[in-house]
Amino acid sequence: MNSDKILKYSLFSASLLIVLISAAMVFSLIKGSMLSFHEFGWKFLISSQWDPTQGREQYGAMSFIVGTLLTSVLALIIAVPMAFSTSLFVAEYFKNTPLASVVGTLVDLLAGIPSIIYGLWGFYILRPFIVTLGLSPQGFGIFTSALILAIMIVPYATSLSNSTIMMVPNDLKEAAYSLGATRLEVIWNVILPNARSGIAASYILALGRALGETLAVTMLIGNENVIPTSLFGTGNTMASVIANQFGEARGLQLSALIEIGLLLFVITTIINACGKFIIKKMA
Amino acid sequence: MINQLSILLKKEKASSNVIYFSMNERKIKNSFFRIGIILFSLVTISMVFMIVGTLLYKGYHQINWAFFTQVAPDTFTAMMAKSSGQSIPGGIVNGITGSVYLVLIASLIAIPLGVLIGVFLYENGKKRYAGIIRDIVDILQGVPSIVIGLIVYIWVVVPITKGYSVFAGSVALAIMMLPLIIRSTEESLKMVPETLKEAAIALGTPYYKVILKVLIPSSITGLTTGILLAVSRVLGETAPLMLTTLGNPAINWNVSKPVSAVPLLIWQFYNDPNMVDLIWSSTLFLMAFVLVLNLLSKWIAARQKR
Repeated sequence: MNSDKILKYSLFSASLLIVLISAAMVFSLIKGSMLSFHEFGWKFLISSQWDPTQGREQYGAMSFIVGTLLTSVLALIIAVPMAFSTSLFVAEYFKNTPLASVVGTLVDLLAGIPSIIYGLWGFYILRPFIVTLGLSPQGFGIFTSALILAIMIVPYATSLSNSTIMMVPNDLKEAAYSLGATRLEVIWNVILPNARSGIAASYILALGRALGETLAVTMLIGNENVIPTSLFGTGNTMASVIANQFGEARGLQLSALIEIGLLLFVITTIINACGKFIIKKMA
Repeated sequence: MINQLSILLKKEKASSNVIYFSMNERKIKNSFFRIGIILFSLVTISMVFMIVGTLLYKGYHQINWAFFTQVAPDTFTAMMAKSSGQSIPGGIVNGITGSVYLVLIASLIAIPLGVLIGVFLYENGKKRYAGIIRDIVDILQGVPSIVIGLIVYIWVVVPITKGYSVFAGSVALAIMMLPLIIRSTEESLKMVPETLKEAAIALGTPYYKVILKVLIPSSITGLTTGILLAVSRVLGETAPLMLTTLGNPAINWNVSKPVSAVPLLIWQFYNDPNMVDLIWSSTLFLMAFVLVLNLLSKWIAARQKR
């Protein structure tokens, strides 16, 4: 009987631990960013100045917030046609065929490729290609990063939409076919209305992925601390400014970087919570 | 092409009856859509081949015995070799040992903790607080890896090890592995037939034995799959390691000292123009390692299903 209690207590305390870890995470981020918050207050959010020079330090997160949102949303826009097509390919057109499982596995493999490999590939292969197209002189910038991010988030956008598309009842589809509908009309009028919340949720979760992606973006965005002026212009994101400047950061700069980390945490958590909320409402 | 088609269609509309025409238009739309779907899917999966192909093509020549037995060269040695037209000497053994060491310690932390929490969620599945813990696990899974790096820097690097260390890196990786392991534990426990559990309880088996001797053994494949996936996920992580273990030019087994890892070495090579040749072989190695683990876990899962 005693061992039973030990097990029960250890199960419970392990679970308590994860709650504590998460609470402590938020606490540490807030505590770490206090110094910067006292110095700049809410102005931190709307200022786009970033000057680490000793003596006249000035920090504001606006350009990174804009850079992060711009790259991620653009990445999602590019990823949606790819993700939507592969979902229909795997879950509708070639459902339950060997071809579908090959395509599904390959898309899943995209999720397994480490971020740094995407970054390198983007730097050495995609960037010269962008230069050749004449889109930007150096090939760095918002668009290049968004393109790489789009490839990275496709598997996250497909995994859930595949299963929701597959779950659309066959009766409904057959009823539409028997009325003479073409496949496109079945997809548009039966599958999409039935699976739309699952599809939307998976795209929102993919957006959450894109927001926190660090190294691939750091290698491609140009790392210029300004609000990006055009799609092919350079900029910086919240995650990459942390990765870039963390090594030399002390005192106020470190605190400002932690505050950016806190902001990033809050934004991704809100986006992910939206996705999960939609999923919960579906079930 | 589409313009021509529509002109053709308009002519047809004038000559033949309306129903015939509209049927045709719908069929054409349908097949165009189908072709579009197939094309876009091909573009998507071609990315895998393009990335893997680039790595194979550029990375295979530097893969040799020294690559797995020697530490990474310093930038001066690399520059000398490069200027005399030779390939860069040395390898990435400090990165390989570092990666294995980091993941090993991370697994020692994350697997027991993750399995315990997974069992807890399975046992208290429908209760309200289990739902809250599940939400917390979901939030944890969504936290960007760089933020986890920041947090572990605050928790471990500054107060405990007073500097970058193996331990800090492992804690960061463990936090990233936890949600994956918890989720896969709970999911694979749910697959175990309820009757099996009931039979064990009916025989008078104490509860802890039901869990340790019945539930966990019968869901071991699911557990392994989850652990392998989690390991393959964190093996390639770079950002949190940059903030927690930094890197080390030599092999290190001391948990309170910095260590290198394969992705950290790649980052270092990327920032050093003399090391370019070593980038691709290291990347190829990392990719192969991660993909093998990934496919292995899929294969185990598929075999289980059958």
